[in-house]
Amino acid sequence: MFSRVMLVVLSLGAVTATAACGSEEPSTSAVAASSSAVAVAASPSSAPAALSITDPWVKTAKKGMTAAFGTLVNNSDTDVTVIAGSTPVAPMVELHEVVESKGKMVMRPKKGGFVVPAHGTHVLQPGGDHIMVMDVPAEIKPGSEVPFTLELQGGGTYTFTALGKDFAGAKENYQPGADMGGMG
Amino acid sequence: MSERHDEAERLRRPRLSRRALLSGGAVVAAAATSGAVVARAGADDTRTADSTAGPDANSPRATAVEPFYGAHQAGVATTPQAHAAFVAFDLRAGSDRESVARLMRVLTDDARRLTQGQPALADTEPHLAVLPARLTVTFGFGPGLFAATRTSDRRPESVAPLPAFGIDRLKERWTGGDLLVQICADDPLTVTHAVRVIVKDARSFAKVRWTQRGFRRAAHSQQPHTTQRNVMGQLDGTVNPVAGTPDFDRAVWFAGEQEWLRGGTTLVLRRIRAEMETWDAADTVAKEFTIGRRLTDGAPLTGTREHDEPDLARLTPAGLPVISEYAHIRRAHVADPGARILRRVYNYDEGVSSDGTADTGLLFASYQADIARQFIPIQQRLAEADLLNEWTTPIGSAVFAVPPGCDPKGWIGETLLS
Repeated sequence: MFSRVMLVVLSLGAVTATAACGSEEPSTSAVAASSSAVAVAASPSSAPAALSITDPWVKTAKKGMTAAFGTLVNNSDTDVTVIAGSTPVAPMVELHEVVESKGKMVMRPKKGGFVVPAHGTHVLQPGGDHIMVMDVPAEIKPGSEVPFTLELQGGGTYTFTALGKDFAGAKENYQPGADMGGMG
Repeated sequence: MSERHDEAERLRRPRLSRRALLSGGAVVAAAATSGAVVARAGADDTRTADSTAGPDANSPRATAVEPFYGAHQAGVATTPQAHAAFVAFDLRAGSDRESVARLMRVLTDDARRLTQGQPALADTEPHLAVLPARLTVTFGFGPGLFAATRTSDRRPESVAPLPAFGIDRLKERWTGGDLLVQICADDPLTVTHAVRVIVKDARSFAKVRWTQRGFRRAAHSQQPHTTQRNVMGQLDGTVNPVAGTPDFDRAVWFAGEQEWLRGGTTLVLRRIRAEMETWDAADTVAKEFTIGRRLTDGAPLTGTREHDEPDLARLTPAGLPVISEYAHIRRAHVADPGARILRRVYNYDEGVSSDGTADTGLLFASYQADIARQFIPIQQRLAEADLLNEWTTPIGSAVFAVPPGCDPKGWIGETLLS
């Protein structure tokens, strides 16, 4: 399990990403970042989404908000853009960045999602870009294995499992539209 | 992005070298038809040499790695590292098989990363992970863990508190424990970092019961297999099973009826205080008579070299045994090499009192396939009559089953808890 043999879920033929994911993750419509792009149908000839993640983990939480981290790795010749995410443990997932605004570090939905450059990486870490998990209804326990599905521009999805880890930082206080500090 | 950020990122993904990416890419191409991608392909063939001081700043000894995966847990047959911390935990009330399995998944993940010189997930001090210095992290299950997980029917009977010995002066603060984590490395800061990571990740599940730190000679002081001296100046561990031999395998690895423990072992950890004030009062002849060996080179009083077989039958001209009936080596002697115990001992030294009395002694870590067959008979003979008892006092005692090792898909304890 620790090698995390990841399955890249290929978009099959002309099945749209909405159809592929929508049935299992009704919450994806709530994703703030570029959710409209999800509707783009994957063309049958599109290359497999060559995305993977190393060291995925999710901060434990009793309920409410938390975040997932790891290093996205693009093994392909073209940029991969993550436009949305979902998890069965929460109804709402956003792709966030942390930026300086008026002398404060604030986090907010990242416009355009996470771009993982061709043959490059994109680090998700406390204090930086992260997968924001919101309205968690039941405890995410340490040592639990939490599945995540990322939606990619062009219609593919990528599923991975993150290990629940206690973590003192990454204190999520996000409220949409408010300037919040407190990240990692 | 700032330079500091770059450094932090580099540490977070030490394996993302060009080479790893290229090899990973090759796997992607090969796996594309099946739709499967091995996410961590190429992860193990690159190791970081990251350091703020440059690539050549670290000694090869500091970057040396002990394998984590295997049939046995590392840290038993492993040539003893210079520094050790033994941390015992008590599971929190309400712990059960599900929660302990989660605990062991998290701790196994920490161990397999840290021992390979990689930061743990969510490691807040990732720079401390890059010098593993032969770090091993070894887990043991005490009787309370079996009770909490309702697996007592699979606990070997002798994985239980030892019978009380007349010489014991056990203190609660050094005794017992549900879960043991033995952390050893040739660098003390590496040990400290690993202890910190493990304790933080265990905290939701368990309370720390005790921590015992120990040390041997520094890693470079002597050849690796040199018998160590303890704080009393004695060579300690002359007769020890040698890793890689059939005798070692028979003496150490569990082969009893509980299938889940096959490939594992058992650990008895005794904290033995050295009574240095009275030991000081003994002269060399008395000290050597007590042990049955010479202090200079550890040779038995009937021999000339350390590894000469003691002649327990030889008599003095007066008709008395050269090696006393009550000498330590006679009382501890086990004829069958496969029935001996593996002593993997560390000295402790917790400072001195205001009058100069040393709080020092030995962390006597004994590994054996079967506590009842191997450890207890020796301890009984020593407790009954061993001249050394005058100067040594057991003040702590704990017993653990040490599960077998695991492969990259598994976790330590899976054979019991899954």
